[in-house]
Amino acid sequence: MNASASLSVLSAPLLEMRQVTQTYALRRQSLFGARPSLKVLDHVDLDVRPGEAVGLVGESGSGKTTLTRILTGSERPQSGNVLFDGFDVWSADREKRRHFRRSVQIVLQNPRSSLDPRMRVGTSLLEPLRSLQIDCDHAARVIEVLDQVGLGRNAIERYPHEFSGGQLQRIAIARALMPGPKVLIADEPVSALDVSIQAQVLNLLKDLVRNLGLSLVFIAHDLSVVAYATSRVFVMSSGKIVEVGRPLDLFTKPQAEATRNLVGAVLSVEGGLAGTALD
Amino acid sequence: MMARPALDVRDLVVGNGTLTAVRGVSFTVPAGGRMGLVGESGSGKSMTALALMGLLPMGWNAAGSVLHDGVDLVQQSDRAMSARRGRTLSMVFQDPLSALDPVRRVGHQITSVIRRHTDADRREAERRALELINQMKLPRGEQILRAYPHELSGGQRQRIMIAMALACYPQLIIADEPTTALDVTVQKQVLRLLNGAVKERGCALLMITHDLPVIAAMCDTVAVMYAGRIVEMGPVAEVFRSPRHHYTRGLLDSQPTMDNIALDGSSRLASIPGMVPPLHDLPAGCAFHPRCNAATDTCRMRMPELVGDNAACWNPVAALAELSAP
Repeated sequence: MNASASLSVLSAPLLEMRQVTQTYALRRQSLFGARPSLKVLDHVDLDVRPGEAVGLVGESGSGKTTLTRILTGSERPQSGNVLFDGFDVWSADREKRRHFRRSVQIVLQNPRSSLDPRMRVGTSLLEPLRSLQIDCDHAARVIEVLDQVGLGRNAIERYPHEFSGGQLQRIAIARALMPGPKVLIADEPVSALDVSIQAQVLNLLKDLVRNLGLSLVFIAHDLSVVAYATSRVFVMSSGKIVEVGRPLDLFTKPQAEATRNLVGAVLSVEGGLAGTALD
Repeated sequence: MMARPALDVRDLVVGNGTLTAVRGVSFTVPAGGRMGLVGESGSGKSMTALALMGLLPMGWNAAGSVLHDGVDLVQQSDRAMSARRGRTLSMVFQDPLSALDPVRRVGHQITSVIRRHTDADRREAERRALELINQMKLPRGEQILRAYPHELSGGQRQRIMIAMALACYPQLIIADEPTTALDVTVQKQVLRLLNGAVKERGCALLMITHDLPVIAAMCDTVAVMYAGRIVEMGPVAEVFRSPRHHYTRGLLDSQPTMDNIALDGSSRLASIPGMVPPLHDLPAGCAFHPRCNAATDTCRMRMPELVGDNAACWNPVAALAELSAP
């Protein structure tokens, strides 16, 4: 393990969820009595340290999306706390809330639907600076960030439809980097991309963590993709974190049933050629 | 005597007058065989499937020949193709929610396929529908037959699609990304079912996907498509163990595997630089040359042809045996 990784093990968490529980009210079944409710998150603990890449895996319906919404501050948990840099996000003062909103940014699954088709890429990139009211040399920041994601400045004047899926995902990552975040949350960032492009975007995310010292929370349903980009993985099942561990340990000695299912579901070319893939 | 192949495609070209999505594709699926068609988006693999089914979008036309069940599908009228779909060849689509009729119960949709193509009466068709549902390992079959598509999960819906495709014992099933929209854990169950059902009926399978592990699990032979052409074809084990085309090599290398994970945090996944060229702006010579690190002047000027079971490449990747030779 390299020096920065072992350092991050010692440091305090940068973004943390403590005993977060979230329930949604369901439709009334009868005229009397309480409305039934669905517990989507059940006492969830999750943390990411400075410069660390963590993964979150689980089947659809396990609560990944709700967890993401709470982690980014777009939804308030019913009970439990979300802590950033040591302060509670929901009871912090205005200044601290601002700091949190700048520091935690998200990249979504499908860049084609998360970028405005009628907005030039340059304008899209400036959007977070505008809405978060950040003063800096905007033009210089755009060029710097485009360079970090491996795109040239000629992208600024172009529209999203002129780019391929992989380039668009780079643009979406660039937009998330604009406010200079400390934590990047990536929700299924490669599952809408072609195989050869997936590798490019995964490598880019790894580079960003290493070169900018970013923390990364990588959310996906495919364990092999998450394992490649992160050093610690949380496994989720029906609203609970059922296992946390190093990717290699999860693959070789999974403990929880949900982890075993996810590991068993990973298909590989080698397994297919050996004729054991569907056993 | 050799059995007649389930599908024999010769020089298939699909275009709309200005764009050509499939540029001369030939392959054969033997009776009861399983073939995989691999490619990224824009490779022409889905247009190939739609051409085979006679379901090309408005304005697109197919040329060449597609022999199946003693007729050339390219020459068939819309009416003849419609009478054939679901009977001798059928298709499983990526998104079952848009392929199923949202306002009809799934039971009705399965029985109407059976009654259209066989002389079974209503009761007999219902009996067969229930049998199919049970074969698809869907619990509470009667209840599922009475459900509407939106009441079912993605995995259940895809099983219904497979049941419908199998309903009339077709000679060939074309499956276009059948599990791409499903969760990984459900994907394996659905593949297992499709695998078992096809094997049991001796039905041929043409599996179209971007997912190499799925091909490795399901198919005997594979054709790799790039920019509307087949660039490499052969037995799955051969092509995946010692690929000859640099594009195939690149696809295999970009798969995340345990080997990469075992490495430390600085390991990088191999990736193919650049992107798939758009149809209206294909490079001269070999369409892959701008992304290929072995490209020479020949590659930039002349298009390589696919000869037999080999790769359409001027400088193929050295075979393993050649590499280890002194």
